[in-house]
Amino acid sequence: MFLINCPFCGEREQSEFKAGGEAHIVRPKQPTELSDDEWAEYLFMRKNIKGIQFERWNHIHGCRKWFNIVRDTSNDEIKAVYKMGKKPPLV
Amino acid sequence: MKNKYSIFSIIKNAFSYHENWEKAWKDPVPKKEYDAIIIGGGGHGLATAYYLAKKHSMKNIAIVEKGWIGGGNTGRNTTIIRSNYLWDASAGLYDHALKIWENLSQELNYNVMFSQRGVMNLAHNLQDVRDLKRRTHANRLNGIDAVYLNTEQVKRFCPIINTSSDIRYPVLGGTLQRRAGTARHDAVAWGYARGADEMGVDIIQNCEVKGIKRNGDSVEGIETTKGFIKTNKIGVVAAGHSSVIANMAGLKLPLESKPLQALVSEPVKPIIDTVVMSNAVHAYVSQSDKGELVIGAGTDDYVSYSQKGSHDIVEGTLSAILELYPIFSRMRMLRQWGGIVDICPDASPIISKTSIKGLYFNCGWGTGGFKATPGSGDLFAHTIANDEPHKLNAAFNINRFISGDLVDEHGAAAVAH
Amino acid sequence: MSKNLRVKKGKFIDETSRVSFKFNRKKFYGFKGDTLASALLANNVHLVGRSFKYHRPRGIMTAGSEEPNAIVQLHNDSSRTDANVRATEVEIYEGLEATSQNCWPSVNFDIGGINNFFSPLLPAGFYYKTFMWPASFWEKYEYFIRKSAGLGKSPTRPDPDIYEHRYIHCDVLVIGAGISGIMAAKTAAKSGFKTLLVDEKPNLGGSTIYQDTNLFKINNQNSGSWLEKEINEIKKLKNLEIKTRTSVAAFHGYNFLLARESLIDHLPIEQRKNKTRQRLLKIRAKKVITATGSIERPLIFDNNDRPGILLSSAIKKYADFFGVACGEKNILLTNNDSAYETAISLIQKGINIEAIIDNRESIDSKLIYEVEKNNIKIFKGFTVVNTSGYKKINGVSIMELSKDGQKVIGSKINLSCDCLGISGGWTPAVHLFTQSGGKLQFRDEDQVFIPKTYPSDQISVGSCNGDLELDKIILNISKSLKEFLNIKKTDYENIEVLSSMNKSKRNIWLLPSDKIIGKTKPFIDYQNDATAKDIKLALREGFRSIEHVKRYTTTGMGTDQGKLGNMHALGIISETSGTKMGELGTTTFRPPYTPLTFGTIVGRNVGEYFDIFRKTPLHDWHTNNNAEFENVGQWKRAWYYPKKDENMHQAVQRESKAARESAGILDASTLGKIDIQGTDASEFLNRVYTNAWSKLAIGKCRYGLMLNEDGMVYDDGVTTRLGENHYIMTTTTGGAANVMGKLEDYLQTEWPELDVYLTSVTDHYATISVCGPNSKKIISKVIPNLDLTDENFPHMSFKNSNIEKVKCRVMRISFTGEHSYEINVQANYGKSVWEKCMEAGRDFNITPYGTETMHLLRAEKGFIIVGQDTDATMTPIDLQMDWIVSKKKYDFIGKRSLYRSDTIKDDRKQLVGLLTDNPNEVLEEGAQIIADINKSPVEMLGHVTSSYYSPNLNKSIALGVVRGGKNMMGQKLIIPMEKKNINVTVSDPVFLDKENKRLND
Repeated sequence: MFLINCPFCGEREQSEFKAGGEAHIVRPKQPTELSDDEWAEYLFMRKNIKGIQFERWNHIHGCRKWFNIVRDTSNDEIKAVYKMGKKPPLV
Repeated sequence: MKNKYSIFSIIKNAFSYHENWEKAWKDPVPKKEYDAIIIGGGGHGLATAYYLAKKHSMKNIAIVEKGWIGGGNTGRNTTIIRSNYLWDASAGLYDHALKIWENLSQELNYNVMFSQRGVMNLAHNLQDVRDLKRRTHANRLNGIDAVYLNTEQVKRFCPIINTSSDIRYPVLGGTLQRRAGTARHDAVAWGYARGADEMGVDIIQNCEVKGIKRNGDSVEGIETTKGFIKTNKIGVVAAGHSSVIANMAGLKLPLESKPLQALVSEPVKPIIDTVVMSNAVHAYVSQSDKGELVIGAGTDDYVSYSQKGSHDIVEGTLSAILELYPIFSRMRMLRQWGGIVDICPDASPIISKTSIKGLYFNCGWGTGGFKATPGSGDLFAHTIANDEPHKLNAAFNINRFISGDLVDEHGAAAVAH
Repeated sequence: MSKNLRVKKGKFIDETSRVSFKFNRKKFYGFKGDTLASALLANNVHLVGRSFKYHRPRGIMTAGSEEPNAIVQLHNDSSRTDANVRATEVEIYEGLEATSQNCWPSVNFDIGGINNFFSPLLPAGFYYKTFMWPASFWEKYEYFIRKSAGLGKSPTRPDPDIYEHRYIHCDVLVIGAGISGIMAAKTAAKSGFKTLLVDEKPNLGGSTIYQDTNLFKINNQNSGSWLEKEINEIKKLKNLEIKTRTSVAAFHGYNFLLARESLIDHLPIEQRKNKTRQRLLKIRAKKVITATGSIERPLIFDNNDRPGILLSSAIKKYADFFGVACGEKNILLTNNDSAYETAISLIQKGINIEAIIDNRESIDSKLIYEVEKNNIKIFKGFTVVNTSGYKKINGVSIMELSKDGQKVIGSKINLSCDCLGISGGWTPAVHLFTQSGGKLQFRDEDQVFIPKTYPSDQISVGSCNGDLELDKIILNISKSLKEFLNIKKTDYENIEVLSSMNKSKRNIWLLPSDKIIGKTKPFIDYQNDATAKDIKLALREGFRSIEHVKRYTTTGMGTDQGKLGNMHALGIISETSGTKMGELGTTTFRPPYTPLTFGTIVGRNVGEYFDIFRKTPLHDWHTNNNAEFENVGQWKRAWYYPKKDENMHQAVQRESKAARESAGILDASTLGKIDIQGTDASEFLNRVYTNAWSKLAIGKCRYGLMLNEDGMVYDDGVTTRLGENHYIMTTTTGGAANVMGKLEDYLQTEWPELDVYLTSVTDHYATISVCGPNSKKIISKVIPNLDLTDENFPHMSFKNSNIEKVKCRVMRISFTGEHSYEINVQANYGKSVWEKCMEAGRDFNITPYGTETMHLLRAEKGFIIVGQDTDATMTPIDLQMDWIVSKKKYDFIGKRSLYRSDTIKDDRKQLVGLLTDNPNEVLEEGAQIIADINKSPVEMLGHVTSSYYSPNLNKSIALGVVRGGKNMMGQKLIIPMEKKNINVTVSDPVFLDKENKRLND
């Protein structure tokens, strides 16, 4: 059970949060101009990294804000937390 | 068979104090080149190699396994076997497997303890009832034994379930597949390993794949911790680590690897003689031959390769267990563990060719792959040997995520385990 | 049998309070402070249970939670009976009843004991190799295998006891209150850290507290007395909380730990009423100090499992702590100095020692000299090769060890005894450390695994860290604590310690025998009957990894999880396979450390607290009016309101007819409501719904369909424009939270530039829907000042109004196809407004209807229910709702997916109406639909999603999805049921009032 440092509320139990998958997958601005392949890439294909992953979390039972986390998925160690729209930190 | 197992061979060996049993499988040094290499020595990978050798006359095959055979999800799952899936494609796939299960001990000369004790799925709200009836009708028309039970019939089949109407989510009915059941997970891996080894398959343990060598759009071999091995057919059956291997080949897959937990209680005398699953309150339970209650929990919602999940999941599962079986409150959790399951967006597997020639993937089994082991191995072997899918796994190709022709067991509310 | 072996009660036993208890229905006495094990031993009872596979007689082996053999069934009461309880952990109480397990008819005469004679046929893995003939017989074999397996019995009635959870946040958690834990807790608390100290035992002090000889001294006092003073001091410390009978079960990442606090199990039954049985502590500690001590190792030799064979340290504890002699003719077998400490304790208490057998040659040790002073025969360089006695040990055979320890030499000497203590050295209890993700290193000199790297802010101290001697513990702890707690000094600097222990050890994992191994039974896992030869067999058969060997032989898989034998299994694998111990790895120690009751894990979340109930403001009214309820998500929704003698069908027919013919009233409060405000609110709706919103006038309502990004229908509902920049969206009942979450997600992460704010207001309003031809008349009575003319208040529009002083929002919207109004008022006025409507509707036979009737009425109109008529594989086009998909909008969620090669296919499953040839035949929801009964395999085209008997149309109607159904209008299809086929005709899904006349009547 992680202890997550919500950038708006501070450290809270993992139970207060919901994970939202890989971060920095931007929704295409012009979906209709994409091929089926390109659209599938956005919709379904994931890096699913073992190691340092950038991912989205939501403080769903708290401030309800979305933010990003850098986590090593091989041992679940959280390396950094940063707000949406900010540049990912170098880890 | 060189070393046939039976009560007679045990008696014979007892006279020599069991000093003369042969190795169940060898421990070979990898050759320079194979006709096909299977990455991943779990049940599915071992079965794939077994059927490649047995049905497709490919004898120069290797299985490379990072750790020990059967040490991943094969040895960590709750061993439920059933084929009562909703969609035709799924029903075809899983029932193909179930039919192989029914004779597997004899085929492998290894007792995999397939026990057709029945699997019951419970309904807790009106939509569950509709969904389970829909599935039962579809099963019947697909030739799969499944019946719908009302609450009293559920109670009669498994008397320890609390079917009282005043619990939070009362049992409104259920389905029963009598041919379904459980098997001994380790035995499946070991039985296939022994069978494959006998046909000349090299089982190479403690050998981690570090890279996939490509020549343009074809594969040429694998880089491993035991050196480079040449081949032009690679079947990847790496479960939770499928994406890791795919990334080595420059592919992305529609997968997320998530923690899935399970637990067993201390062993007690027989108290439940079937498998009961409930999707709505999320609990499933059976009792092993040893007497332990075997309980499966759900997945966490984040990607993790740590083989650990969060305690909340275990707590939620056990509270569902006590909702349905208040008599288990004083039973004690003996052991709890986690595995890494690779999940597709439609909760159905991929058994498919890829855009790279000679590279095949068998993955995305999510929380329910064990039951498919023999069928998955058989169909994947067919796909690798013929470079095209069998009709039973044609629907489970990677391209479905591009066309949108998903096999959405998840969305159709059929239980995923 | 019932000899009294109590020697001297000592200070830990309350000799003034005698306690009676029953074991196997026979009455015994012990004292307060006894465990069941110590009380049984005091009564000279060793035989407690039978082993799992061979049903061999087994006795008490240890004095702690590592006990593999002495496990019993506690209580006879079928609701409170506890299986597999360790006699070494049960504190006796008046009225305790315990019985042996896994034996029939009794532990003394167990039919299953015959298995022992068949043991040559039951090697490791035998069941994988047999029971395969005839093929169909496995289930018959399995029946008997299952019956003979298992240990204790599960309760058969619900548990009457209460469990609870407590969250603890502390600066420092100290696990284990032995000497190291006490020193650590004192240091932390005195340095200002909020500290929690827990120990699984009922008392503090571990094994040092009863160490009472002048061979072990701290600051010139006997170590036990010194520790007692320390304990008295820490009890006074303010920021230290101490919890005994509290076992840490799991050490997860981020210093999250679970501990079980046992609160009443030691009390007489009548004192337990209304008290919590166990508490699960969920501990989040900034720092963790693990001081879990070490577990003595047994020694592995032929027949090392007989009752009367105990760990040497257990014999010491029974003597020193409980004042109990485990035997009258004791022999000790050891490979290290610990057994001599036991010997000294026994000598002090006047308990007879026949001999000590030491694997080692001559050793220079103060302890040995002390024992030798008492003229006790010590066989140096010897080992036990066999034992005798069936239900209790009565003798040992010993032989001299060869120089290399590989074999025995010379002739056999037989010694008689009634108790054998064995000591194979110590294994640091690193279980919790490794659970937390810690990595181990192997220390060759004494063959132990010790912590290497810590994955979180934690340390291990004392013997669990490999400091196995008193002097080393004290020397190291001060330094470790200063560094770990970042403090300048501790109370434990410059302490004088006298420890007489010599560290030398002669470690032989499997002691040699004069017999070939095949003829011996050297047990490694006592409970599961796994022997050294099973391990060797596994290796011979090609199982190489420790995990394989463990699983093949079941070593370490009993209720003790191999706390005693796992190291020997590793050692034997290492020796046999020629792999170094450090390279072999270990099996994974999985949580929990000791078994954890399900009830404790669940706490109060059982019964009515299993999940929350969401009730509408009108819930009581429904209950008072005889409503039956349906669970929809967490909501309780009124399902139908049966009148006297009515069944559900009759009630629904009555309710539906009333709604169409005069007036019906529905509690729609559970529908999700999201308040949307901001200058970009319209643009936002354009992006999340399939249809266009910019032109919706203020005061107007519109139905919207929301898709997933994969193009499949996700949710639907009516959204009303309350103002220029203000909307209220309704969602389905079950989908409310997910829709809210999804909208927030897009808003915060994809479209942060939009000026839009979302607030969930589901619980803020009561929503009352009045429908039917008389609804207008009723509403005009309830809200007389509202102009209800079609010109002022047409269908799909909204008005703010008042009911007396209560503000309300009224929407003229309809889910039934009838003229209808939806009144939204502040939740706490809901009931009075509902009652007003009932009052106003009395003359019109206003009829409350539930969800079932609502479903019927909407089906007559062909309105879908998301989740019932759709299943996450349906696009709006599949639903024949093309009209709601804007062609003009550049983008909306899911739009792109509607144009994939599969989603544009013509022959997808499409929503249609279905009419049975026999109008009285109602289809089963979920039934499959086919065209050709003779085709094999049967081709399923789709299924029935909704089906009712319509009292308004006097016929059965159904909705279904059918492959290519759009183009099948009028076509005959078949519903193949188990016993018959039902003929149906594909129809328009709108069965009633296609022209929508009733909406405006």
